[in-house]
Amino acid sequence: MNIAVFCGAVFGGSLAAGFIGSLTGLGGGVVIVPLLTVGFGVNMRYAIGASLVSVIATSSGAAAAYVREGFSNVRVGMTLEMATSAGAIAGAALAARVPTSALAILLGAVLLFSAVVRVHKEQGEEEKPGGGHGLLGGTYPGPHGPIAYESKRAPLGFGIMGIAGLLSGMLGIGSGAIKVLGMDLAMGLPFKVSTTTSNFMIGVTAAASAGIYLHRGYIAPGLAMPVTLGVVAGSFAGARLLAGAKVQTLRTLFRLVIVALGVEMIYSGWKGQV
Amino acid sequence: MPGGQKPSGQKMEEQMGLLLRTGVVLACAIMLAGAVLYLVRHGGEQESYSTFRGEPAALESIKGILGEVRAGDARGIIQLSVLVLIATPVMRVVFAIFGFARQKQWIFSLVSVTVLALLSYGLFVRG
Repeated sequence: MNIAVFCGAVFGGSLAAGFIGSLTGLGGGVVIVPLLTVGFGVNMRYAIGASLVSVIATSSGAAAAYVREGFSNVRVGMTLEMATSAGAIAGAALAARVPTSALAILLGAVLLFSAVVRVHKEQGEEEKPGGGHGLLGGTYPGPHGPIAYESKRAPLGFGIMGIAGLLSGMLGIGSGAIKVLGMDLAMGLPFKVSTTTSNFMIGVTAAASAGIYLHRGYIAPGLAMPVTLGVVAGSFAGARLLAGAKVQTLRTLFRLVIVALGVEMIYSGWKGQV
Repeated sequence: MPGGQKPSGQKMEEQMGLLLRTGVVLACAIMLAGAVLYLVRHGGEQESYSTFRGEPAALESIKGILGEVRAGDARGIIQLSVLVLIATPVMRVVFAIFGFARQKQWIFSLVSVTVLALLSYGLFVRG
């Protein structure tokens, strides 16, 4: 394929992934690596590098909006970033020593996990207001003024974030689903706070390993460019359309796509084809 | 906007949002410029990402990338936009160190310093 056609096709695929990912709340970053390796025959290491760059861009872009609206808890985010960055550095160091077939199987498992875990608020679910807020608690804007909440089990949350960072550094993904799980389920933070704070943290987590990837030559400009521009444009369009969109069917469909890609990654990894 | 209990904290969050947005917009603008140049100059060549060879040394370090940008190389310009993207969350952490200090939340200032130290390790120490 010549470069112009290749860039156009990769841009189109990334645009679709970013658009559907942001519209469904499932995130597009997780499908970029399988899209590149399975769809375009790109080497796994280049795919991981390009995916990581796009993750920094979309996370920072979305975090900019959430943090201004007051949903993200900057103190919780910053505290947990100690765990995610340390994990990401370890993950990036590990990624070079692990064969790509093993990385593919691990990514497949993460894809399957992302498809089943709850990363969006179910219909009719009410946020339970917490008591006073301690060091890591806070308030977020509710329909009738600020709602206070507190956080619990910080050490457990910290441990889960270390794993999220490790996977992010190894696989070039944001690990948003695992971060949300850590804050929502383990630390008991309100759902909206968990998702937006997760987004806030993804940029720093990815930046921690991006330097290592850059030094190793994993970040190919001709690949990172169409992926990043595509995912950013797609996510932006998806977020614009999000208000009032009925996404339940789309979300189910996208989950099925993620499951299929997960199975494909595990199969190719097992066969040593990646 | 809600009536926050910590107006200084809220101001910090707004400035932080602005910082993040500026970084992403700047990076995407540079990337777009590099993309046009890249497609015009190399659009007709064959892509080759199926086997991993690593990128040329000039595109792997800050110094090398800046040299390529000065030479007007399209790939170098795209790598510069990647550097701006990586720098964006790093600047956000630097900003938080001072933001928390201004609010006298020393613990979180220290937490931010720790995160910055980890980021610097990832960026400058070769593993």
